[in-house]
Amino acid sequence: MQVPDKFNPVTAAIQALDPSGQVQISVTRGDVQLLVPRTIIIDVLRTLKDDFGFTYLIDIVATDRFTSEDRFEVIWNIISLKDQSRIFVKTRVPEEDPSLPSTVDIWPAANWNEREAYDMMGIRFTGHPDLRRLFLPEDFEYFPLRKEFPLMGVPGSIPLPSTSPDVD
Amino acid sequence: MGIESAFGEGFLTTKIDTVVNWARANAMWPMPMGLACCAIEMMAFAGPKYDASRFGSEVMRFSPRQSDLMIVAGWCTYKMSHAVRRIWDQMPDPKWCIAMGACASTGGMHRSYGVVQGVDNFLPVDAYVSGCPPRPEVVLHALMTIQEKVKKEHSVLLDV
Amino acid sequence: MSNTETIVDRAHPTFFKEHQNALYKSLEDKHTTVEFDSNDPLGTRMILNMGPQHPATHGVLRLLLELDGETITKSKLDIGYLHRGVEKIAENKTYQEFMPYTDRMDYLSPYSNNVALCTAVEKIAGIEVPERAQYIRMIGCELARISSHLLWLGTMVMDTGAISMFIWTFRERERLYDIFDNFAGHRFTVSHSRIGGVNNDFTDAAIAKIKNFVETFPKELKDWNKLLNKNRIFFDRNINIGQVDSETAIKLGLTGPVIRATGIAYDIRHFEPYLHYDKVDFEVPTRLEGDNLARYYCRMEEMAESIKIIRQCLDTMPKGPIRTDNAKQSYPSKDEVYYSMEGLIHDFMMTDTGVCPPEGYECYHAIEAPKGELGYYIQSDGTGHPWRLKIKTPSTSNLQGLERALDGAMVADTVVLIGGFDPVLGEADK
Repeated sequence: MQVPDKFNPVTAAIQALDPSGQVQISVTRGDVQLLVPRTIIIDVLRTLKDDFGFTYLIDIVATDRFTSEDRFEVIWNIISLKDQSRIFVKTRVPEEDPSLPSTVDIWPAANWNEREAYDMMGIRFTGHPDLRRLFLPEDFEYFPLRKEFPLMGVPGSIPLPSTSPDVD
Repeated sequence: MGIESAFGEGFLTTKIDTVVNWARANAMWPMPMGLACCAIEMMAFAGPKYDASRFGSEVMRFSPRQSDLMIVAGWCTYKMSHAVRRIWDQMPDPKWCIAMGACASTGGMHRSYGVVQGVDNFLPVDAYVSGCPPRPEVVLHALMTIQEKVKKEHSVLLDV
Repeated sequence: MSNTETIVDRAHPTFFKEHQNALYKSLEDKHTTVEFDSNDPLGTRMILNMGPQHPATHGVLRLLLELDGETITKSKLDIGYLHRGVEKIAENKTYQEFMPYTDRMDYLSPYSNNVALCTAVEKIAGIEVPERAQYIRMIGCELARISSHLLWLGTMVMDTGAISMFIWTFRERERLYDIFDNFAGHRFTVSHSRIGGVNNDFTDAAIAKIKNFVETFPKELKDWNKLLNKNRIFFDRNINIGQVDSETAIKLGLTGPVIRATGIAYDIRHFEPYLHYDKVDFEVPTRLEGDNLARYYCRMEEMAESIKIIRQCLDTMPKGPIRTDNAKQSYPSKDEVYYSMEGLIHDFMMTDTGVCPPEGYECYHAIEAPKGELGYYIQSDGTGHPWRLKIKTPSTSNLQGLERALDGAMVADTVVLIGGFDPVLGEADK
């Protein structure tokens, strides 16, 4: 599918930011997706927010592609209320160094979303003010949404309470 | 004693038993441990159409120190299980527990790393209610089952 | 209490020690919004833990409040007490098998969650849904919206002290349960939507019940408006509480009636219309003040708008099939399954393999759930199981905003604020 015309200035600006030409633009069922390399992701996101009015962050999705190259993928789902449009910005992170710069100073709404990506997938966001787990207790040592973690969990990884009240 | 020799051993204690257990059964104050969707059905069970207060559960006491029946409604995660156990320990004896719904009884449809597969892994459950969520009439039936259990099981002789 | 002692030194958690220590440490490190000097001769500062089990926290939500007298200086939320890993379960199930899990996420309005999953899968797999099914889904969604707002109203007003309101709204909810029971088979966690349509059509009895509800409900709504809109106590408890302005609302990513109460008219039904919302005429109530009272008014008016939408749908609903006919995309009807060989095989294949969106496709679809924007981001690998199903739930975004709104409020406003933001923890914790 063709990129809708109203996105042409956006795609032109993003491609200008990347000299190596690795930006890929695709349209799936009407959703415009930009795949950008990790090195320029913060510039891209800042440009989208400041110059093109994508001020409303909806969600940050972390995916495990389970490939040996660039295992994890992080997707920002952002909206421009002025132009009534939605865009998805993706970047890929390798397994050996699953870290990305944090986007909390661009959108404060990214705070809990990045904590969730850290909790579920293990992707660290450098510069995040409070990177703790969101859903599971800190004592938990694994990252559940990675493909190698079993669905039923690892027995004993979160302890159950003791059933005799004298023990404390 | 005169009555014991005239009517046989244990006459007095069985009569006291009957009265005490009847009183306990008809004044069960539940402590709703409403965790998830079953909590909504539990609210309906206490609501105007399926009234729980006509069975003696006049108030839902949210404080464990003032209640004697804990209804665990909804799936219990490993993270929450410690809080649930602590609340159970804070309830004074005699106390009973209803595991409401499939998730509290056996983990239900949530067969995953986060959910305890049945609260009976750390709580002594007296009645299991199946359903997802169970209709309020079924929860009333569970309450009646617990009332039957109360009338038969406990005896004042155990307390001396 | 010496000044060099920290919270972590004073607290002695008995379980999940690392988790509790990290939480207390981050409470201490959190930037204060209210300044006061550090020595505290009267000992008025304390940490209050509104634990996961609390009658007024609308589920299992844990709040840590650092108090100075009655004012909250800092607060932290601890969620995850209802986390079941629904996204991981989704990777092992077909899209249709996942439908009951969506019911149990926002368990106050399950019909909308079903429709959210269905529309997302239909978008990625390119399935056309017949007209009558769209209208049935719209009626179901709006009834679910009314049901969710009724429970919100009952519990929020009960938390401010008026307990009878809870009983009245539950009486109306029982009527809605009757309607759902009649056409979908279950009181509230229906899984009535199927990919490609809905399960079964409305019977005449169901339509009569819906019409009866639509006729009698506006009068109840008017009575409650008369009771609460000019009530001095309700006003004083809600006005200027938890004020959020529109800039902050966008920055924090709030959604649903919370952001509409600050002046931003963001409603997915108008932003990216789905089903046939562009064909019915309704307004999106917005307010400018951004406080709890504005949120209350938004939700009450949304209930009235839902009644309008249901009336229009009942009038314009065409006759026709309720599921698409394509065997690779939706279940065949039970007649076909029982009486023809192909129907049987198609039913088996749909249950076993399910709908297979094309490989490598990924897309997002959102609906306007009663709490806000509920969206599904699906990445497909060509099989009947999703490779990754990410659920964007409105309650997580709103709870993030609650953490900000609580700073500077009074302790007694906590329950009113939680009621105003209306989180559902089954959805927030996935």
